[in-house]
Amino acid sequence: MRNTHIDLMTAVMSGRCEDLGSLFRFSGKKLLMLAMALLMLMLLAVPAAAEGEAASLVEDPDYYARFQGQNITLSVYNWGEYIADGSDGESIDVNGLFEEVSGIKVLYNTFATNEELYAKLKSGGAGYDVIVPSDYMVARMIGEKMLAPLDRDNIPNIRHLDEQYVYTDFDPEGAYSVPYTWGTVGIIYNTQYVDAEEVTTWDILWNERYMGDILMFSNPRDCVSIALKRLGYSMNTTDEKEIREAFETLKDQKALVQAYVMDEIYDKMEGEEAALAPYYAGDAITMMDENPNLAFSVPEEGTNRFIDSLCIPVASKQKGAAEAYINFLCEPEISLGNIDYIGYSTPSLAAMELMDEETSNDPVRYPPQEILDKTEAFIYLPAETNQLLDRLWTELLSNDQQFSRWTIPVFLLVAILFSIGLNLYRSFKKKRGNVS
Amino acid sequence: MKWLSKTYVAAVMLFLYAPIGVLIFFSFNESKSRANFTGFTLDWYQKLFSNEMILQSLLNTLIVALVSSVIATVLGTMAAVGVNSLRKGPKALVMNLNNLPIVNPEIVTGVSLMLLFVMFKELMGRVGMNFEFGFTTLILAHVSFSVPYVLLNVLPKLRQMDIFVYEAALDLGCSPSQAFFRVVLPEIMPGILAGFLMALTYSIDDFVISYFVSGPTSQTLPITIYSMTRRKVSPEINALSTIIFAVVLLVLLLVNFHGARQERLQRRKGGAAA
Amino acid sequence: MKSKYSALPYYVWMALFTIAPLILVLVFAFTDNNGAFTIENISQVGEYTNVLVRSVWLAAVATVICLLIAYPLAYIMSRLGPSKQRTMVMLIMLPMWMNFLLRTYAWMTILENNGLLNRFFGLFGVGPFDMINTQGAVVLGMVYNYLPFMILPLYTIMVKIDNRVIEAAQDLGASPLKVASSVVLPLSVPGISTGITMVFVPAVSTFIISRMLGGGGNLLIGDLIDLQFLGNAYNPHLGSAISLVLMVIILLCMSVMNQFGEEEEREGMLI
Repeated sequence: MRNTHIDLMTAVMSGRCEDLGSLFRFSGKKLLMLAMALLMLMLLAVPAAAEGEAASLVEDPDYYARFQGQNITLSVYNWGEYIADGSDGESIDVNGLFEEVSGIKVLYNTFATNEELYAKLKSGGAGYDVIVPSDYMVARMIGEKMLAPLDRDNIPNIRHLDEQYVYTDFDPEGAYSVPYTWGTVGIIYNTQYVDAEEVTTWDILWNERYMGDILMFSNPRDCVSIALKRLGYSMNTTDEKEIREAFETLKDQKALVQAYVMDEIYDKMEGEEAALAPYYAGDAITMMDENPNLAFSVPEEGTNRFIDSLCIPVASKQKGAAEAYINFLCEPEISLGNIDYIGYSTPSLAAMELMDEETSNDPVRYPPQEILDKTEAFIYLPAETNQLLDRLWTELLSNDQQFSRWTIPVFLLVAILFSIGLNLYRSFKKKRGNVS
Repeated sequence: MKWLSKTYVAAVMLFLYAPIGVLIFFSFNESKSRANFTGFTLDWYQKLFSNEMILQSLLNTLIVALVSSVIATVLGTMAAVGVNSLRKGPKALVMNLNNLPIVNPEIVTGVSLMLLFVMFKELMGRVGMNFEFGFTTLILAHVSFSVPYVLLNVLPKLRQMDIFVYEAALDLGCSPSQAFFRVVLPEIMPGILAGFLMALTYSIDDFVISYFVSGPTSQTLPITIYSMTRRKVSPEINALSTIIFAVVLLVLLLVNFHGARQERLQRRKGGAAA
Repeated sequence: MKSKYSALPYYVWMALFTIAPLILVLVFAFTDNNGAFTIENISQVGEYTNVLVRSVWLAAVATVICLLIAYPLAYIMSRLGPSKQRTMVMLIMLPMWMNFLLRTYAWMTILENNGLLNRFFGLFGVGPFDMINTQGAVVLGMVYNYLPFMILPLYTIMVKIDNRVIEAAQDLGASPLKVASSVVLPLSVPGISTGITMVFVPAVSTFIISRMLGGGGNLLIGDLIDLQFLGNAYNPHLGSAISLVLMVIILLCMSVMNQFGEEEEREGMLI
């Protein structure tokens, strides 16, 4: 590494700063005061919550009140768009209400996929207290000893929940997880561009007529499970041949796919940037509210039925407060208000009773038994299968047939141009050397 | 020729500013649409200022930037003094080392620091101590990538300095530290200041490295913006862009105005002398 | 002057937070989950050759476009009066001060299928064109974000070229093209090579631009690394191996660029 570049780079980058420096000398004090004023303004701008509302929504305010004044901060790591935050002016602000009733400050961050959550925890960087993995990820985390066992006495509101979601295949004793929501995967489509009768099968995602108008999941498990189901295999297969076959079909599909997305899907479907995409039913409801042209359908081959659960990472330093938070989310009034905003299905029987009939009879939220019968839940996969999935997923995203067609010739062209340029430069230099 | 070059400059400026203009324009849009302007509103600004997450991350950004650039400036200035007195060979070695973080891709710096902090966390865990990703890791990382810039800004000023001034101060009875603070420091101040500001702006702007080393308690503004762009996008982000643009414009105008005035003053002074 | 020991904290800092992390990357690249030595990771990087090629290729295209746009502009700027120059430099820097995530986001809204550009084309009855989620959009994003890094070093060098040299060449009968190729171009070589480095290095390692404008299906090296550390395919060992390869690519690029700088310097000494 030589220094001429670095010197020039620094000169370029510091050019803007030296000018700024002169400004500082000229009015350092004034600028400082301005900065202080801005800081003060920001501190003042933090809004105060409405008093007294929260206590009326919970069954036992004393349970939460014991945390008051302890100055606890709780880090919650949840999916994007997965809690009512009052931002639309109608819904409740769940975190705000919890802060009010318990005095615990909630630090709320979001992730986009189960795998992202896993990586963040596994890389050790994260000090989260409450996380919301889905079924198969709960199983994987239990298997890798990443979750803390829950103290059920601290979460009395579990009694409001439907037992089939509390005691599950991935956590038979309900020792590590409390269900937050459940739902199905289906296809959300725009009725203006897609014929509703075609959406009865996963094949439509491989239909060339919709080239460039299809969005796909941007995470390996959801993506491959669709391909597996379409081929008639189990979503939980550990057979390497079946998985490879499924990924081959996904590679074929790639030319039709406009983008691999997670929550970016909201803008793309609502803004009619794409015609159809597989996604979670609850989010589809939110999108359908925004754009009446959208509809949702579950293909006949069957689909995935998922449970997203509240868990506490083993490294959490605030287990008691985390359990209080989980308990708070299971309060009937709170889950009702929350579920109303996020659109997913609730495991809370108490909330179901409070719900209006139109919502509890909505076939998208609470599908009829014949659809549920054909659903399959994700289960824990052995480590080798997970590794295979990760590897094939990276391969899928990096594979690109269109590319290889024109790369090589253009590359050669550039190399040739480069060498010509170099030669010209050399000969020019020689000439100049002769002159001097 | 003249009009050709003028059109060319105008075209490039259009390319540079059209996207920003679009962002600003749609921050006043009533509906959430990014392409249909339905009516004028200031709602998004109001929402922005009641969005606790954004305000908190702005505060975090400023704290991290200030602390890390102060540390980097002190460290870098001390380093410059030491490096300046090195012989040519070792000096070249140190400068090469110093350039490493500058030419290294940000993402590699980010993941390498992440690996380091994870290892450190594991070691601490083994002796029963607690170490979390957060402000500490963020500040350590920011200092690491900005120290080289401070050194590069201060070193030339030291080199230009007349060594005899320092020695004269010593001869006149100053202690070495007095001589440094009274004589050397004022002389190299512009370099230090430039280095500090560079560290500050880099820290405020950094996303890639922060993305890998931040924890839940220390989300900075760029990280918050990133997570905003990955969700349902709200025009709040346009409002935020507008405000940032306005602040930057204001500062640069001040600098420009001030610089021009100083130039004029200098010219006048020069004229009077002649 | 003050003793050389004052640099000691800096050395310690650099050893801890620059050298040690890079050594860790090296160690991770050559070990497996159990800490045993392996070259499996490095050989696995070979499977992603197309990603490497694509990254280098897109970054190279973006760099060339930046150079083509920036060169005339920097020259025009350098021939302006001092106050106009000041204003121009400010105008070029202003977008640089805005966070690059916001700048890239702005292009998202412009390039969409129902975005502004397609609406504009619609007025003339053409389109809509598929612009977002293509490789072209990624290149555009790179050009837009890194253009100032090309303009500024070129301008810094060109402003030092004395007008009289150019006038002399003109007086001696050189055509404008000849002036450009025989006088301005050779004198601006250091600016070109620095500009290329400052655009190519961030462009080849970006992971945001491709994610926001490329639709997630066209991975670049940066995406691949992110995927292994904080993304959907957790494997820090493979991620480290890819980082290592990326560093090698960058070093190669730097050494090529340094060749130019060196030749220029020797030449300068000749004169």
